Amino acid sequence: MKFNRQKREEIITSKKKETWGQEIKRNWQLYLMLALPFIYIVVFKYYPMVGAQIAFRKYVPAFGIWGSKWVGLYQFERMFSHPIFWKALKNTITLSTYTLLLSIPIPIVLAICFEYARGKFFRKSVQMSAFLPHFLSTVILVSLINLLFDNRTGVFIHIIQNIFGAKVNVLGDAKFFRHLYVWSGIWQGAGWSSILYISALSGVDTQIHEAAIIDGANKWRRIWHIDLPSIRPTIAIMTIMSMGSILSVGFDKTYMMQNPINYDYSEVLATLEFSMGTAGSVPDYSFAAAIGLAVSVVSFVMVMITNKISKTLSDNSLW
Amino acid sequence: MNTVKTKKCNNRIKSCFADRVFDIINTIILAFILIITAYPLIITISSSISSANAISAGKVYFLPVDITFDGYIAVVKNKQVITGVTNSVFYTAVGSAINVVMTVLAAYPLSRKDFRPQKFVSLMFAFTMWFSGGMIPSYILVRDLGMINTRWAMLIPPAFGVWNMVLVRTYFQSNIPESLFESARLDGCDDWKYLMKIVLPLSKPILAVITLYSVVGHWNAFFSANLYLQSAKLQPLPVILREILLLSQTNDIANEVAMATEGTASLQELNVILKYSLVVVSSLPMALLYVFTQKYFTKGIMVGSVKG
Repeated sequence: MKFNRQKREEIITSKKKETWGQEIKRNWQLYLMLALPFIYIVVFKYYPMVGAQIAFRKYVPAFGIWGSKWVGLYQFERMFSHPIFWKALKNTITLSTYTLLLSIPIPIVLAICFEYARGKFFRKSVQMSAFLPHFLSTVILVSLINLLFDNRTGVFIHIIQNIFGAKVNVLGDAKFFRHLYVWSGIWQGAGWSSILYISALSGVDTQIHEAAIIDGANKWRRIWHIDLPSIRPTIAIMTIMSMGSILSVGFDKTYMMQNPINYDYSEVLATLEFSMGTAGSVPDYSFAAAIGLAVSVVSFVMVMITNKISKTLSDNSLW
Repeated sequence: MNTVKTKKCNNRIKSCFADRVFDIINTIILAFILIITAYPLIITISSSISSANAISAGKVYFLPVDITFDGYIAVVKNKQVITGVTNSVFYTAVGSAINVVMTVLAAYPLSRKDFRPQKFVSLMFAFTMWFSGGMIPSYILVRDLGMINTRWAMLIPPAFGVWNMVLVRTYFQSNIPESLFESARLDGCDDWKYLMKIVLPLSKPILAVITLYSVVGHWNAFFSANLYLQSAKLQPLPVILREILLLSQTNDIANEVAMATEGTASLQELNVILKYSLVVVSSLPMALLYVFTQKYFTKGIMVGSVKG
């Protein structure tokens, strides 16, 4: 113990004197290890940020990003006057708000249910079943929706028919798109998202619970006064992180679920960006990049704002 | 004194009743969760081995009816599916290996407090989680690097994930005591040896977790394949699944008409159970992987992510 403290002091004092050169000489292996990931981040994450300036240019393939003409905010003006943009924006915000309203509270409720489950085997089976959908790919999820709600062969349609006596064409009615999209997402992701809360709950000191039981607190009160307050930091951080997705509805799923019937409800910013950036013989890169950049900036600002609010209100923040 | 005693007693009886209500409600909720998460999967497996007639007639509600394995035979015979599986296995194996190596290479230096650029680089990496250049600049970059329509496009752009790095770094910092490094250093152990001989063997749970994340991510990767690959020979399974499971649906009506006139309705029927079988076959590897690596979750994810 004493030796350790002595040594630590030595390190601290020696650190102050150390120059960059000495540090590099001492840690050269660390620099070498970090080299590849660092290059990756610079090339694949930061270079595209520089490349995002294409949104302020009129991109011509022959001239490249740097050679194309600078047009300022022209692409953004085009974006705001684009007939589909507002529809896509409205759909994006509707879908993501609908998702957030469910995907923030449901995992918390799930984690608490798991924590108070009676019987270890029962708990394990339910948990396993709830986590499993997370491992299905988006293609499989969308295929499952299409197969199980198929108007002719789908089992859910048969069940609805048996209960209500009438067939409801879920896939053929655009009204159902939002509910299908959001609830299938909850079905797939809520169990897995609860993992963070489960781990936070398992960290709660059992002595607090024992003291509460002796004082006559029932389970409802223990959840309200012990469990929820102790997982508050986790809730805050998960909420801050999910606010960043307010303008980014998962592209893959929307793209795969989209069809001419539900187009009015399923066209979102991500699919608009994709179709603008890939359709036609000469894709409109600059226009698509403008949408992408706008989404990125708004998401970033949203995270910053939520982080700030959370920091002032509850002292929980990302950094 | 007496009143206090009775009050306490009352309280206890009341709390017992409230607790019992709670337990009943909780068990109902959990049973409901079990049903809604498991039922769609069970019905899919049952449908995949039932006859198409039984499915159309709405006879399959839980157990398979008129058991047949025609769907699976059709899947195994499908050349497209075989190409997709082969490609996906390759992308998953190589891609995940790259992922894990890159993650460890970044996580170890950034977990060391005496590494001077640690703070700056961590912040620089973390920033990319909140802000990105967008799809088009990334596409242009991959195109300029000459990776379009090559296998590299599936391996290099997703080579490193910052989130995984954060998990591993947190694990290193909170589970491996610093004194271990100090004593190893005194014994003349350099960073590389320390990482390989001490840190990694002590971090098996978190390595299992990020390997699982990478494997699942690569197996299910759709976006980059859709964007960067055109050649049918290179397509991974998800793209092929989309073609068979989702895009062919619009042709169903056309098929139906064509089949009806030729009297080969059985082909169209086979189509339904083929889809169910394909869903089962393509999700089975990840489902099994999850079941067998489960025990690491409680150790890996939970310990690694407590700090959030």
